[in-house]
Amino acid sequence: MDILNALVAILNYVVIPATAYGAQLALGALGVTLIYGILRFSNFAHGDTMAIGTAITILFTWMLQSFGISFGPLPTALLALPLGIAATAVLVLATDRAVYRFYRVQRAAPIIFVMASVGVMFVLNGLTRLLIGVDERRFDDGTRFVINAREFREWSGLSEGLALRGTQVLTVVVAVAVVWALFWFLNRTRSGKAMRAYSDNEDLALLSGIDPERVVRLTWIIAAGLATIAGVLYGLDKSFRPFNYFQMLLPIFAAAIVGGLGNPVGAIAGGFIVAFSEVAVTYPWRKVAGYLAPDWQPAGLLQLLGTEYKFAVSFVILIVVLLFRPTGLFRGKSV
Amino acid sequence: MSVTATTPAETAAAAADAAHFLSATAMRGGYGKADILHGCTLNVDKGQIAVIVGPNGAGKSTAMKAVFGMLPLREGRVTLDGEDITGLSPQDRVRKGMGFVPQVHNVFPSMTVEENLEMGAFIRTGDIAATMEQVYELFPILRTKRRQPAGELSGGQRQQVAVGRALMTRPRLLMLDEPTAGVSPIVMDELFDRIIEIARSGISILMVEQNARQALEIADIGYVLVQGTNRYTDTGAALMADPEVRRTFLGG
Repeated sequence: MDILNALVAILNYVVIPATAYGAQLALGALGVTLIYGILRFSNFAHGDTMAIGTAITILFTWMLQSFGISFGPLPTALLALPLGIAATAVLVLATDRAVYRFYRVQRAAPIIFVMASVGVMFVLNGLTRLLIGVDERRFDDGTRFVINAREFREWSGLSEGLALRGTQVLTVVVAVAVVWALFWFLNRTRSGKAMRAYSDNEDLALLSGIDPERVVRLTWIIAAGLATIAGVLYGLDKSFRPFNYFQMLLPIFAAAIVGGLGNPVGAIAGGFIVAFSEVAVTYPWRKVAGYLAPDWQPAGLLQLLGTEYKFAVSFVILIVVLLFRPTGLFRGKSV
Repeated sequence: MSVTATTPAETAAAAADAAHFLSATAMRGGYGKADILHGCTLNVDKGQIAVIVGPNGAGKSTAMKAVFGMLPLREGRVTLDGEDITGLSPQDRVRKGMGFVPQVHNVFPSMTVEENLEMGAFIRTGDIAATMEQVYELFPILRTKRRQPAGELSGGQRQQVAVGRALMTRPRLLMLDEPTAGVSPIVMDELFDRIIEIARSGISILMVEQNARQALEIADIGYVLVQGTNRYTDTGAALMADPEVRRTFLGG
């Protein structure tokens, strides 16, 4: 019985939150890795693209709610998501037209693109705050729990409760669907294959008659979609605060680099590696230890790192990977 | 040059251009200020194999790039099937019927063999299955490896993918930049056999080769370039027989 309690505790406090968080990071890292593979630079504005995409989606959600539209047990934000993605895609394409295309025509070095993206990041940062403010906002409605901790305790007879929130299930379901659609697009369609060809060998893609500007536009639209979906899922799961999205840049880049920049499968694996490390390292294991070894009375919480230091986990993973396997676990491009 | 009055010499030159399928005449140009090509001329007839040989730094690859429009020309002109293409971009030349296989980075490494061939046919709108079948018949090994990423193949197989990719547009002129660089002698012979087969199907071939002797053996016409200009031009067999050419360029 104690082993079961320990398992439920691990499931409840580590596996479920880390899976949802990992799916959100994976979607973010997919956007970063696609841009790196095709436009060949690390897009520092990706976190704030997520923020503004989410902010726009929240505005559309409020609009729908004011019309009295809801999505039954599911959050209304899901209905607003396509509108949010479309608006974000337009914004990102306009940014490309105004900023990045200038450097692309000049065939500027990647570091110049990175610096330009830092500038875009600050502008998007300000725009988001102008649009929706700096406050924390909760915009999830619909059914809160799929499994309720109290009901689970009554049903199972265990002393440990298990809670599964609707947004966590939604995150995983949407992430799986999006990843499936993305891989189908990249591997089965002519445009997707053209994107991969361009990522593989730009010169040969040109010789084959692939239009580079079309590939670039498609990449931005997909990246905007991935960023908005990742941002909205994160906001539904936790809450929306613009600053959090800026901070998420670090774990997202860690995930993309761990998996191998430019490699979509790697980005997904990297997202889960970073999420599980972060949650496992900052979780106080005392409760689980209490079930498994009742005689042992540890003095501390058995928490390796305080939650306020969770970003250190991403840093450590990043440094270890860059030192020992710079191309990442799935053979991406060297940084 | 005036449009109304053409000198007899110009008329003769134009007639000569029209006589050849590909005619690159008196090309002059380079990457920076200094020219690499100093009046280089290359002609290829329908179904012919033309081979460019010469010492390192003679401008062989540069001449190929100039013919394909990857190098701006200061002087000279390029015609394909009688049509002046001097001002066209490489992409437009592909549409006009030129295929180019670069020396390195000539496949999409993470994509499968079949996807490489598909990307080769990107500009085509109709059914490409028949052309793909022809490529598989020409290079049977590619059929068995068609689901494998091109980057995982051996050097010789990768060259076959590269040539196959260029054939997918159904070019009338195929340009190969050192197709046998870095492959074993057996694979080299095999590749040359395939190139002869391609030429027999009516496609003109223009290639640069490091393995000069073997390449001249299959050449209908050979160009020996030295310092960006034509030194010797003759049939492959005649160049092989010329003691001067043998001594200076073919190592005795």
